[in-house]
Amino acid sequence: MIRIEPRQAPSRLMTLGIPVLSAVIALALATIPLAFAGASIGQAYVEMFKGVFGSVFAFTEMLTRATPLIFTGLAAALAFRARLWNIGAEGQLYLGAMAAVAVGSGAFDLPAIFLIPVIVILGCAAGAVGMVVPTVLKSRFGADEVVTTLLLNFIILIFLQMMLEGALKDPMGLGWPQSPPILDQGMLPPLMDRMRVHSGLIIALVVAVIAQFMLVRSVWGFKLRAVGENAAAAGHAGIGVNRSLMSVAIVSGALAGMAGVSEVAGLKGYLTADISPGFGYTGIVVAMLAGLSPIGVVISAMFIASVFVGADSMSRAMGVSSYLADLVVSISLLCVLIGGFSARYRITRINRQREQSA
Amino acid sequence: MMDILQILFSESFWAASLRIATPLIFGVLGALLCEKSGVLNLGIEGIFVAGAMAGWMAVWLGLGLWGGVIVAACAGAFFGLVHAILTVPLGLSQHVSGLGITMFATSVSYFTYRTALPNVSSPPRIEPFQALDIPLLSDLPFFGTVLFQQTALTWLALLMVIVVWYVLYRTPLGMAIQAVGDNPDSVDAQGLSVYGLRIGAVMAGSALMALGGAFLTMSAFDAFFFGMVNGRGWICIALVIFASWRPGKALLGALLFGAFDALQVRLQTEVGALVPGQVFLMAPYILSIIALMIAARRADYPRALLTPWFKGQR
Repeated sequence: MIRIEPRQAPSRLMTLGIPVLSAVIALALATIPLAFAGASIGQAYVEMFKGVFGSVFAFTEMLTRATPLIFTGLAAALAFRARLWNIGAEGQLYLGAMAAVAVGSGAFDLPAIFLIPVIVILGCAAGAVGMVVPTVLKSRFGADEVVTTLLLNFIILIFLQMMLEGALKDPMGLGWPQSPPILDQGMLPPLMDRMRVHSGLIIALVVAVIAQFMLVRSVWGFKLRAVGENAAAAGHAGIGVNRSLMSVAIVSGALAGMAGVSEVAGLKGYLTADISPGFGYTGIVVAMLAGLSPIGVVISAMFIASVFVGADSMSRAMGVSSYLADLVVSISLLCVLIGGFSARYRITRINRQREQSA
Repeated sequence: MMDILQILFSESFWAASLRIATPLIFGVLGALLCEKSGVLNLGIEGIFVAGAMAGWMAVWLGLGLWGGVIVAACAGAFFGLVHAILTVPLGLSQHVSGLGITMFATSVSYFTYRTALPNVSSPPRIEPFQALDIPLLSDLPFFGTVLFQQTALTWLALLMVIVVWYVLYRTPLGMAIQAVGDNPDSVDAQGLSVYGLRIGAVMAGSALMALGGAFLTMSAFDAFFFGMVNGRGWICIALVIFASWRPGKALLGALLFGAFDALQVRLQTEVGALVPGQVFLMAPYILSIIALMIAARRADYPRALLTPWFKGQR
C-alpha cells in the first residue's frame, strides 16, 4: 500500500535544489515547443545564452528587466507568507507609476534630493492603497482577495487608459495616450554610461535585504509568519490577525507600486499603458521559485529576467515566437510546485502487517 | 429615463444580453462543477484562452464547427487534468496551481497561434456559427428574436445548465461529487474514490470553461485575438460565489451580468458625451466585486473547498 507522509523538515539541499532543478527542467522542456516551431534546438539555446551573457549590454539589459521583478516578487513573497493572496501586483504597479508621473512631471519643481523621495513615497502609497482596498473587502465583507485583486487589475488598467487620455495626458504628446515626462531631477540616476540599468536595481537589492531581515528577525515578521501558518492559532495567541494582514497588505502593495515607480522614473521616463508586460503576474512565479524567501527573490528574478531577455534575443535571431519565454516561466512555476510537494511529503510503501500492529 | 425603459423592452437588448451571457454561463457552470468537488480552478482564465484558440484553430484547419467544439472541450479537459493532478493526489496549493495553469494554458495558446501564423497582419477569419432559424418559433414576437435567433452554442449553454443541475442533484454521481466537496472522508468510507471523483469533476468543469472560450472565437467573433478573454474567467469565479454554488442561480447571475453589460453599451451611446467611455468598460469588473461583497458572507461554500485530502490520513 502506498501512503503519503509528511516529512519532518525539508533538508537544506532540497530547499535549494528544488528551485534550481525546476528551472533546469523548465528550460529543458523548452525543446518541445522549439522542435514544434521547427527551430534548431542547439542554436536556440546558444542564442538565448548569448542574449544574456553575450555582452556587457546584454547582461545589463537582464538586470534592467530583473529590477521590477524583484519588487513584484517581494510583493508576492511577503503577502503569500501571511497567506494573503495578492494577485493584484500588476494593478498596484500601475497605480505606483501613475502617482510617480502625477507628482514627478512638473507638479513640484524640487531639487533631486527632495523630488525623488516624494515620487518614491507617493508611488508606494498609491500601490499600498491598491492592496488595502481588497484587504478591507476581505476583512469586512469576506470577499475573497484572490478574485478582488484580479478584478482590480482590470479596473486599474482601464482607469489608467482614462487618465492617459485625460488628466495625465501629455499635451505635447502628439495625441498619443502617454503621460508627460518626469522632470530630469526626478529620474533615478543610471548606474552605467550608455546602459539602461538604473539605480532602481540598488533600491531593489537593499529592499530585499531589509525584507529578509524583517521577515526572519523582527516581531512583525514573526507575527506575519504565524498568521500565515495558522491564522486561528495566531489569533488565540493574541496576535491581531486583521492588523497583521493589513500591515502586510500595505507593504506588499507599496512594493508593487515601487515596481511601477522604478519603471517610469528609472527606465521609461514617461508612462504608457504598456510599461509592464505582466510584471505583476510574473512576480508570483518569481516568489514561488524563491520559496517565498526575500533574498531568494533576487536570484529567481534574475533567472526569470534571463529567460525573457534571452528568449527575446533568440526570437529576433531565429524568428521563434518570444511567447516561448512565457511558456518556460509558467512551466517552471508548475515544476517548483511539484518539487515543493516532494520536499514536504514522501511517498512510502508500508506493509500491511506493520500497519495492523501499529 | 424613458430611454432606459425603451431599452429594457427592446428585443435586441435581451438578445444581446443572452449572447453576452453565453460564455459566462459555460464558465460559471465549469467553475461550479470544479468547486462542488472541492477544487478551486483559477486556471479558468487560461482555459478560456485555450478553448478559444483550440476551437478556432480546429475550424481553421478544416475540422468543422462541431469538430472545433470537441477539440476545445478536449483542450480544456487536458488543462483540467494537469490542475487536478497537482491539486488532488498531490494536494498542492489550489491558488498557485490554478494561476500556473492560467499562465501555462495562455502561453501554450499564444505560442501555438504565433508559430502556426508567424506573419499575419489581420487575424484569419473562419465561418462562425450562424443564428439558428427555427421555422415558426423564430417568427414569434419578442421570444422569436431573443431566444430563437441565437447560435447553437447558446442553446448548448442553456442545455448544460439543465444537465449540470440534473447530474448534481438527481443522480448518484452528482451526490457523490457534492459529498466529495463537503466531506471527502464520508465518500472514502463508502468505498468510492475521492481522487477519481475530484479529477473527473475538474476535467469536466474545465471542458465546460473551454467551451466558453470557444464561443468567443466561433460564435461571438470569427477570429482569435490576443487578450480577447479579458478577465471573463475571473468574473465567472466571482459569479459562482454570487450564485452560492447553485446552477439555477448561476444562470441567473450570468444573465443579469449579460443584461448589465448590454445595458452599459446602450447607455454609452446615450450619455457618452457626459461620461468617459472607460467608466462603462469598468462596470463589469466593479459589478463583480459588488456581487462578491453582497454574497460572500452568506454563500454556502462547499465545506472541503481548498482542503486537500490524502488517503489514509485523517
